[in-house]
Amino acid sequence: MSIREKARQLFAEGVDGVLAFKRTDGVCIPHLFTKTEVEEICKDVPADQRYPVAGIVRRIFLSGLAGKIGVVARGCDERALIELGKQGQIDFDLLSIIGVACSEEQARYCECSKPYPSRIDVGSRFEGISVSEKVRAVESMEGDERLAYWLAQFASCLKCMGCRNICPVCYCVECSLEDENLVRRGSVPPDWPVFHLLRAVDMASRCIDCGLCEESCPSGIPLRTLYKKATEIVKELFDYEPGADMTQRSPLGTIGDQSELPGGAFEA
Amino acid sequence: MSDKNLDFSYTTVPTICPYCGTGCGMLLEVIGGKISGVLPMKGHPVSDGCLCLKGWTAHEFVSSPDRLARALVGKDGDFKEVGYTEAVALVADAMRETVENHGPDSCAFVASARCTNEENYLMSKLARFAVGTNNIDHCARL
Repeated sequence: MSIREKARQLFAEGVDGVLAFKRTDGVCIPHLFTKTEVEEICKDVPADQRYPVAGIVRRIFLSGLAGKIGVVARGCDERALIELGKQGQIDFDLLSIIGVACSEEQARYCECSKPYPSRIDVGSRFEGISVSEKVRAVESMEGDERLAYWLAQFASCLKCMGCRNICPVCYCVECSLEDENLVRRGSVPPDWPVFHLLRAVDMASRCIDCGLCEESCPSGIPLRTLYKKATEIVKELFDYEPGADMTQRSPLGTIGDQSELPGGAFEA
Repeated sequence: MSDKNLDFSYTTVPTICPYCGTGCGMLLEVIGGKISGVLPMKGHPVSDGCLCLKGWTAHEFVSSPDRLARALVGKDGDFKEVGYTEAVALVADAMRETVENHGPDSCAFVASARCTNEENYLMSKLARFAVGTNNIDHCARL
């Protein structure tokens, strides 16, 4: 089945719009299609041109959407939608997902552990990569070497805020990265360690590993490797996987009788 | 719900960042007919899906209340809205007077990366040919 056929089916079932891709001037751009525009929908998802679909859905909802929409979503897009739904940022029930499985090539490039959504409408399933070589490579460094590696990376930060801006699960109205008490204004590169660690901590319980942050970094900082490690730690400590399903509660939302830090730092 | 009742719309418009001469590719997000955000254009030959801080916030000036949308002339410590004919005449008179009294190099021209090549060419003609100075620069010295 193609995305267009699936969209046609969704319109017949009564959705009001479908968020998919449109080819124009040689590029693929995200667009919310109405029923009459269905023939303009790209049949496939552009392989190497990924956009923060879930973030777009959130902004459409914020603008006062009063209807149901279909969304073309890869595995990571669906995880982001689930995470946003759990955190009350979007109404997940108003969405119909057109599931797209990523190619093996894409999955290997992303080192993605689940490069497919819960239901696949387009494409065929590739099982995914369970161990990230990039994380292991950084882990294999000695402590001093590893610190020097990250400091060198963060020294090239332009503070463009692209990693935050493109992130589909970053939605705070007041961002701690813009808090003058935490991050000094007017200095580039931003203060170490506060800037990058603030973001890493924020990502630890919500990063759905789409990798858009790293792709949009003009300095090529390996943010994805950092956040993969952060989510790995959260998985170990709290058995929590961001965006895995609607029922799992975020560890940041459940401090109390449902969660304990090792060593009993928190008691019920 | 029919299309007519659809009270929302979302699209993106491919364009080039208006700030400097680099020419990064961006998509303007348009929600309900209003420019509301920027996304980097993926796979763009110049910027390949990246933007700088200015690019990421390039949508903000479009409908900013601080944006100068009309010619203003300062009179008695206050700004007064005037027509463009009057404003241009005022600038031309002041410039002519300055050039006559102090020579052409007393004037300087600042061109803009937000303008087209043709507009900047004309600016250069105005500075070098009409006024007679090489004092011309632009806003995007990178």
